[in-house]
Amino acid sequence: MVELYDVIIIGGGPAGLTAGLYSARARLKTLLLEKAFVGGQIVNAERVDNYPGFPEGIAGFDLVMFMQQQATKYDLEIANTEVTAIENKGKYHKLVSTTDGSYEAKALIIAGGAEHNHLAVPGEQEFMGRGVSYCATCDGAFYRDQAVAIVGGGDSAVVEAVSLTKFASKVYVIHRRDQLRASKLVQEQAFANEKIEFIWNTVVEAIEGDAKVQKLIIKNVKTKVQSALEVAAIFVSIGLHPNTEYLKDIVSLDDEGYIVTNEKLETDAPGILAAGDIRQSSVRQVVVAAGDGATAAIYTEKYVAGL
Amino acid sequence: MSQPISVTEQTFGDVVLANKNLVMVDFSASWCGPCKAVDPLIDELAREYSGRVTFAKVNVEESNSIATRYGVQGLPTILIFKEGKPFSQINGAKPKAELKKRLDAALT
Repeated sequence: MVELYDVIIIGGGPAGLTAGLYSARARLKTLLLEKAFVGGQIVNAERVDNYPGFPEGIAGFDLVMFMQQQATKYDLEIANTEVTAIENKGKYHKLVSTTDGSYEAKALIIAGGAEHNHLAVPGEQEFMGRGVSYCATCDGAFYRDQAVAIVGGGDSAVVEAVSLTKFASKVYVIHRRDQLRASKLVQEQAFANEKIEFIWNTVVEAIEGDAKVQKLIIKNVKTKVQSALEVAAIFVSIGLHPNTEYLKDIVSLDDEGYIVTNEKLETDAPGILAAGDIRQSSVRQVVVAAGDGATAAIYTEKYVAGL
Repeated sequence: MSQPISVTEQTFGDVVLANKNLVMVDFSASWCGPCKAVDPLIDELAREYSGRVTFAKVNVEESNSIATRYGVQGLPTILIFKEGKPFSQINGAKPKAELKKRLDAALT
């Protein structure tokens, strides 16, 4: 017998947790499905300084832990399972299949977030954990007094570059254009840091080494000149892709796979809303994801009530 | 032991290398967010595999030499030890289902 929920939320990051908090407080029977561990991408951040309400900053992990505690206090149910498919069977009838069985709900909030892009170059897979990393805050300490590289030009890449200078003797920031996307304050910090060297208009073509990473083969995209850069590690921070493969026949996605929503966060399928990084949006920040979660929950409550 | 044991350089030999059972060793550090996210999964596995697998935790800040000895350069890293030798390695934070799969593979 499949239990019928009012709302099923897919994804346990800030968007999903906030949607869960609001939904549970609205006394909707709510289930949140998370395939790995609650928290999402922000657990990688050593400290979040721009989430309002925390003048001294807060560790990414701690922030989401508080969100989880708050939501479960109001009876949000959380299940650790991966969604494999969704069926839209009717206005108030959505079926969610997972690796551990099926669930049904009147409405869905999709908050599955995004995953790190890989460079997709030779050596990347082979050297994972041995010099290739996607979490500078986790792994920077292993490279004390060594030269490292970070690939990317957004906030994450540049903030992580600065934090890597705590350990590394030198941090190369490799970016395929000649301008950073990162916010101005963050850029200023990086430009002022003597250990950071920017390598502009450049991409990584291969990662090489022996037992560990030893060097990168890089190419300047303007001059086409290839060269070798000796580093002990490469941190990849080139953005994300949304987890929407299983949704392509259920809701409209844009060219990059993000879910299209209106300002009520409704998708083109009635009763299915989206929140956070998974939806088409130019702003990917924790506070925006949390805001989306609340908005989606409020509109979902109206939907479930037949309004 | 149905709970993970913290090991240091002093106790590593007895708890991990001399263990007749499979040992899952979890390397972590206080600065590593994803490590903290994986902790509860390890605790659950320790209960589920109690008696068949020993679970050990290495804090790389305190026991740096163990990490260096086994070439651990990323966190979290899990090493599954069989008869005193590394049998398989799991890099990065993985969901519980993946950890179970690797444990079951090592147990056969």
